[in-house]
Amino acid sequence: MGPEISRRTFLRGGIAAAAGLAAGSIPGAAAAAAPQEKTQLATLLDISKCVGCEACVEACSEVNADKYPQPKKPFPKMYPARVPVEDWSEKQDVTERLTPYNWLFIQHAFVTVNGEEQEITVPRRCMHCVNPPCVKLCPWGAARQLENGISRIDSDICLGGSKCKKVCPWDIPQRQTGTGLYLDILPSFAGNGVMYKCDRCYNRIAEGEVPACIEACPEDVQTIGPRDEIIQKARALAKEMNGYIYGENENGGTNTIYVSPVPFEELNKGIETGKGKPHLKPVKDTMAQANNLTTAMVLAPVAGIAAAVGKFVKLTKNHQ
Amino acid sequence: MKARQTAVTRTQNPALRYIYLITVFFLTLTGFGQMPIFKRYYIADIPGFGWLAQFYVTHYIHYLGAILILALASYMIIDYLILQQKRIRLTASGYVRGAILIGILVSGIFLILRNLSGSRFAPEFIIFLDITHLGLVITFLIVSGYCLVRKRRWVAQR
Repeated sequence: MGPEISRRTFLRGGIAAAAGLAAGSIPGAAAAAAPQEKTQLATLLDISKCVGCEACVEACSEVNADKYPQPKKPFPKMYPARVPVEDWSEKQDVTERLTPYNWLFIQHAFVTVNGEEQEITVPRRCMHCVNPPCVKLCPWGAARQLENGISRIDSDICLGGSKCKKVCPWDIPQRQTGTGLYLDILPSFAGNGVMYKCDRCYNRIAEGEVPACIEACPEDVQTIGPRDEIIQKARALAKEMNGYIYGENENGGTNTIYVSPVPFEELNKGIETGKGKPHLKPVKDTMAQANNLTTAMVLAPVAGIAAAVGKFVKLTKNHQ
Repeated sequence: MKARQTAVTRTQNPALRYIYLITVFFLTLTGFGQMPIFKRYYIADIPGFGWLAQFYVTHYIHYLGAILILALASYMIIDYLILQQKRIRLTASGYVRGAILIGILVSGIFLILRNLSGSRFAPEFIIFLDITHLGLVITFLIVSGYCLVRKRRWVAQR
């Protein structure tokens, strides 16, 4: 479970996916990708190892600094007046919550373990859902899911409508006003900036590297690899520590799997939640309800055709 | 002649006509509701319209509307081909509206497939689908508005 294993796992299964990602980013090259290059990569976070040193947070900021927003000021006046200006450009050093300039933070939970009061620290960022509602419900296709399971927001296309945040069960994406495509369209009447969140260092993975937060962690909290393998490891780890898993089934399954010695229900009670501070509650599959109608959608034309043919048969019989 | 055409086309099946109009209305409303505009522009603040700002609700209703319109379109096409074609014909505006509607349905079907877990559409194709779907709906509304004002029917008697 150490860094070597993490990297070996990553190199064995993940590089293939990384190559797929690289190929996918080149127009016309995606079709050449081999089947194993389309494997979803997941990360396993062993919460029992996290000491809350924030090395991952610092590494994330350092590596992703060039992706952070550079808003133009003054911001265009927006109509109607209720449209909120969300400006984090003067608060870039905030690390106790998610912001457009901080895509990973350490959440502190105060819980009782074996009768002892303990502080447990949990690295929190985007869960990278297997079927991400932020991607699927984005009306512009600005949020996209890569073949290796990373969901990321294209800051060149995003208009900052914040729908991704509203449909995200954890409210992960964070908005910065005054940047992005909306400035070139109707800045006063449509859009409000760009949404930002963890992209699991998609560019580093494309180059065969691991995400910065994994590389920087001195305690080897995180492991990355093909989702099936990560799930198996998570289950084995949970069994070993008599612990609990979060993320395997939440929202229909995510690519961020937490293993904790403390029930997540307890952890959720012990953490501060709110704006930019996601919960750890159970989450039902948000996309399932509508997707369950897909079968009816397949049957609908059949029903329509059957009704028309039935009418024809009936009229023909009456005519005879 | 024109009055007769109207009488023929309007009384084909009034129930179907109303189902079609209501379905198109809700599909359009919930379709535009996929964009975060109803809350911004106070429409969701109108009593009874709060659901327009709930994306999962509008998404679900949009799917229900899609089921209805797919069934309706299939019925109308087959009914026209095997039964009505001898009596009535599609007008030029009927062909235009039909073609746009088919475009909306096809792009919508692809978007439904996109939403399934494990779908593997290229991001560029998804953007194309989103813009095509929205663009065709706007075109359909403009053409339908024109046809309503100019009293152009879908079909005419042969």
